[in-house]
Amino acid sequence: MSSENLSSETIAGKRLLRLLVNGESHEVACRVTHSLLEVLREEMGLTGTKHGCELGECGTCTVLVDGQPVYSCLMLAVEAEGPEITTVEGLAQGGRPHPLQRAFSDLSAAQCGYCIPGILLAAKALLDKQPDPARADIEEALSGNLCRCTGYTKIIEAVEQAVAQTNEPHE
Amino acid sequence: MLRLPDFTYVRPRTLAEASGALQELGDEAMAVAGGTDVYPKMKRGQFTPRYLVSLSRIEEHRGIRRVEGRGLWIGAGETLSAVAGHETVRRAFPALADAAGLVSTLQLRNAGTIGGNLFVDTRCNYYDQSFFWRQAVGFCLKKDGDICLVAPKSRVCLAICSSDTAPVLSSLGAEAVLVSAQGSREVPLDTLYRDDGIDYLAKRPEELLQGVWVPEESFGWRNVYLKLRRRGSFDFPVLGVAAALRTDASGTCEGAKIVLTAVASAPKVVVDAPGALCGRPVDATAIDEAAELAMRVSHPLDNADMDYWYRKRMTRVYVTRALRRLADAGETAGGADASPA
Amino acid sequence: MRKRMSPMSRDGKKNGFSVIGKPLPRIDGPAKCAGDTRYADDIVMPRMLFSRLLRSPHPHALIHGVSVRRALELPGVHAVITGEDVPTKFGIMPSTQDEEALAVDKVRYVGDPVAAVAAVSEDVAEEALRLIDVDYQVLAPILSIEGALEAEDHRIHAWNRRANIQKAVSFEFGEVDAGFEAADEIFEGTYFFQGNTHLPMEQYCALATYTPDGKLTLWSSTQTPHYVHRALSRVLDLPMGHIRVIATPVGGGFGGKSDPFSHEIAVAKLAMITGRPVKITLNREESFYVHRGRHPVKMWMRTGVKRDGTLTGMWFRSFLDGGGYSSYGLATVYYTGALQTVTYDLPAYKFEGVRVFTNKPPCGPKRGHGTPQPRFAMEVQLDEIADKLGLDPVELRLKQVVEPNTVTVNGLRVSTIGLRECIEKVAASSGWKEKHRLLPPGHGVGFAASSYISGAGLPIYWNDMPHSGVQLRADRGGGVTVFCGSTEIGQGSDSILAFAVAEELGLRPEDVRVVTADTDLTPVDLGSYSSRVTVMTGNAAIQACGNLRERLFEVASEVLEVPADDLEMEDGRVRSRSLPDRGLAFAECVERAETRFGTLGATGSYRPPRHPGDYKGAGVGPTPAYSYSAAVVELHCDSDTGEIRIDKVWIAHDCGRAFNPLWVQGQVEGSVYMALGEVLMEEQIFRKSGVHKIPSILEYKSPTTLETPPIETILVETDDPEGPFGAKEAGQGPLLPVIPAVSNAVYDAVGVRIHEIPVTPDKILRALDQRLKDPTVPSFEFPTPIRWAPGQGVEVPQKS
Repeated sequence: MSSENLSSETIAGKRLLRLLVNGESHEVACRVTHSLLEVLREEMGLTGTKHGCELGECGTCTVLVDGQPVYSCLMLAVEAEGPEITTVEGLAQGGRPHPLQRAFSDLSAAQCGYCIPGILLAAKALLDKQPDPARADIEEALSGNLCRCTGYTKIIEAVEQAVAQTNEPHE
Repeated sequence: MLRLPDFTYVRPRTLAEASGALQELGDEAMAVAGGTDVYPKMKRGQFTPRYLVSLSRIEEHRGIRRVEGRGLWIGAGETLSAVAGHETVRRAFPALADAAGLVSTLQLRNAGTIGGNLFVDTRCNYYDQSFFWRQAVGFCLKKDGDICLVAPKSRVCLAICSSDTAPVLSSLGAEAVLVSAQGSREVPLDTLYRDDGIDYLAKRPEELLQGVWVPEESFGWRNVYLKLRRRGSFDFPVLGVAAALRTDASGTCEGAKIVLTAVASAPKVVVDAPGALCGRPVDATAIDEAAELAMRVSHPLDNADMDYWYRKRMTRVYVTRALRRLADAGETAGGADASPA
Repeated sequence: MRKRMSPMSRDGKKNGFSVIGKPLPRIDGPAKCAGDTRYADDIVMPRMLFSRLLRSPHPHALIHGVSVRRALELPGVHAVITGEDVPTKFGIMPSTQDEEALAVDKVRYVGDPVAAVAAVSEDVAEEALRLIDVDYQVLAPILSIEGALEAEDHRIHAWNRRANIQKAVSFEFGEVDAGFEAADEIFEGTYFFQGNTHLPMEQYCALATYTPDGKLTLWSSTQTPHYVHRALSRVLDLPMGHIRVIATPVGGGFGGKSDPFSHEIAVAKLAMITGRPVKITLNREESFYVHRGRHPVKMWMRTGVKRDGTLTGMWFRSFLDGGGYSSYGLATVYYTGALQTVTYDLPAYKFEGVRVFTNKPPCGPKRGHGTPQPRFAMEVQLDEIADKLGLDPVELRLKQVVEPNTVTVNGLRVSTIGLRECIEKVAASSGWKEKHRLLPPGHGVGFAASSYISGAGLPIYWNDMPHSGVQLRADRGGGVTVFCGSTEIGQGSDSILAFAVAEELGLRPEDVRVVTADTDLTPVDLGSYSSRVTVMTGNAAIQACGNLRERLFEVASEVLEVPADDLEMEDGRVRSRSLPDRGLAFAECVERAETRFGTLGATGSYRPPRHPGDYKGAGVGPTPAYSYSAAVVELHCDSDTGEIRIDKVWIAHDCGRAFNPLWVQGQVEGSVYMALGEVLMEEQIFRKSGVHKIPSILEYKSPTTLETPPIETILVETDDPEGPFGAKEAGQGPLLPVIPAVSNAVYDAVGVRIHEIPVTPDKILRALDQRLKDPTVPSFEFPTPIRWAPGQGVEVPQKS
């Protein structure tokens, strides 16, 4: 690179990244070519994030970046420094499953379960923004995640159940 | 797992620096914003840059704002989600909000930018394939080969324009602001596209899009975007119709523009449409005429989902529906989307 | 001989169950929702190498040589193998072993594996593939059924008798000519069902280790670890006892992970050569080449009817495009003709089927295996018949539903049948009578019904051993572990075992530990295919529990001083039925039993009953129990664009007993979804060059939430005597009626018949323009039919 572009950074080979994942700061050495998906699964052992195409065509690898769902297969890890990243492993709080996780489990909405981590995160992003979504909102919010097992029926019902349980007045 | 090939990542802070880097690195460099088009294509060996010049740390191509007397500024680095959700865009330019909001999926729109969508690589189902596939079939003009597999006699690549937002911004008369190390220039967005699947952008490689202006006068235009595809998400358009028009108080059409996507390598302006629509009410006859004209210039090929004859035929149906919707909106209380914000 | 496979002493009370029939959650839900379930690709091992397969870019070519020298020289490459290293042929069916792990001298489809690399990373392995030189002699590809039948001098395989014909079959059951003579009207039609693929979200993955003790272990995303076990032993020439196959939780199968595969054998061989763990994960594109999905089938059907709609005879021909290898094709061709007889009374039936080889990825079993195609043809033809005769399509079916305990004209024994109730309920809840032919233009309803097997009557390789085995271990702390070879592919088979055992032993499902799909630890279960798992593992588990219970009751009877036949197990206790206060905790009972008998274990096994048909080919079709489904689809169809929007699907399914209503609903909903994908958009299609046209999850269209309508599921219970707790299958059958129901609804909406799957917008417009031609079928001389009629076979009572 030319020395004139002083404020440009050039990254090649490997680099030590500081990633904020599920509320914890992690130092990870990774190649610049690595997607966030590869780093989560292969460098950090967070294999809860699955992959189905690595091309942004299926939704399986969905994670949250600052609360927004994105495909981790299409995001470079070097671009993930700074924002807060949430994976399925970060949904439970203090050992208690997230209401979505509980509802999905209670309704047996996970069949093979492979798409479920991505769907849970897409659903969480929706509920964080819109605590009382209509069915059409749920369908829209989950339309970037393919599932081949369930016909989405129990999945949508589980989101609705999580909404109902969360919105119930507490004793 | 599909992985990215090796590259060096350059992350400048300004567009000028980015453009300088692109110029210096030449053919071996590509610009990348959200990466939703670039990374899949690198994984499949369609793009083979040694350097990626990232626009992620640049601030000057961000922002969506109304500038009185000038129009609406949309920074190229804004995500498609930001554009689709922006209040002014939704109110004044529902076609743009819809087009941006219909790109792929929410996850993709949260990463992909409007600039990326405007300049999205042309698509073809002989080209959007892995290296293995393309090797098995034989490489094509657009990458590694010397023949167009869609139409072997064609000397130009016939990959299709697959942008949802380009036809809309074209229909709204948007101006593009391009920046390079040498400075910036402003050109009608229309003029940036060439009907050539390979060399589909009429700009220098190092020129970067800072953003677009939707001109002030477009605020008075009703606008709509209709998209044909197999599914309600994920899919690129296999036909898109952007229509914008303005009528006077009596309902007479004063201006109209229809732009198609996915029927050629560039957004296709239906040049004769204004002639059919202007100076008379937007009635069934006028709509029929305009739709017929649109279908005549629509030339889908057998290189995308759904039969080409079907997509051609749908051009008429979709243009008719788009215009009917605009005409109906005009009859209801002047059309909320037609009044200046 | 066999024990009665129903729960202990229910006093005839229909719902005297503690966990069966209740909407309780699956046992694997919490882990799956926590991202904690370990799928094959989640496994990482020290010193692990990564493998990739070199695949043929040609649909049909001879291999004159493969040079791996340059690949081996690449730093980081540890081994490269070719066909010569694993030359033994294999295949799922014993009589059609025509696959090679890596092609030896010929490739038969684009994507056929030719070599495999083990390297330090996927990147290096991928790079190494480009350094392998293959000397191909390209041959003309055969890409259609007609092309295969015509190319008599140009063969894809050498082993089969007639060029490119894998199997041709012909049967006549009853007197079909007489049947047609008795008819008032004869209807004929041609139909085409395009191929499609499973598209599970998890890509194929396998990992092998070969340890210094000479033992091989393979973890794989497979539905059939037992068959993979056998194939590995055969190809690698290792005793089965030295091989351990573990099926990892499968991230979607639908039949696509039921064959032994090249990638499994390749990593096993590479692990043996390198002495290091070797993993391979196929990418999405490769999954379209591995395929084994729905066969494209051309069909011709002739049906004779009385004026009142009574069927007098049927003649059906199917032409299956099998792709490059046999896979399950032998069974598939039979299945296209087997189940036409089990829904409606059919006095005479003729079936002729042929499966050909073509230079495309091999087809195999996909949800419904060989039966959705003929069911589509039949249910559409019945709709046309009803229309022409001025009858209500629902009434036409109700008129002639097969009665319980019938032997059909082709020798299939129908025991329980809830089809009538399914039809009536689905018609009532959908408002059929108020909608059919009465909705506004563009809107329509369509109806269809169907049947499927609850497990095949015969195993894939001939043997008289159990189809499923269960071992039970009771721990002195009161813990119970159930061991079974069954494979969790998302259908809930692990939960079935836990619930069956919990029900039988009076425990909570969460107190039962389940160990499955590990050939070292678990007794054989044939695999997760043919909708066999609930019925067969459920029965085996019940039997094992019965055996364990005998010992527990023996000691409990002494301690409690009540006769053993007065004992029951409930709420974690063994107690007296007549004096419920008198009981002891399960754990204590186990302790006492262990003191008395030593280590406590029990086994159970299951083999389906024999079936009446005894003709050659009668092995495909029989089952312990047929499930039944009926569906109504409401849709609207835009006659300007041909686009279809499904408004709602009502589906009733005779599942015998809802083992767990949530899970059964889940299976039904998933089946409806997969059917909608097939009928509306999914296509496994090829270019003229033989290359898959759209091998990506973007262009191979799979419905999203936005295309999936509300699904109303009605469960019909028939309490099948052969099923565990009365249960029958639910995972495949409900797919079947939805496809023809959509086609029939399109007719109701816009008045055109689409005889092709998928029903796409362009076809609807062509049909509206009267430009859509009916599919063609090739001319072909089928073999002389095998003739058979009921009464000719050896009748064996179902229950002994």
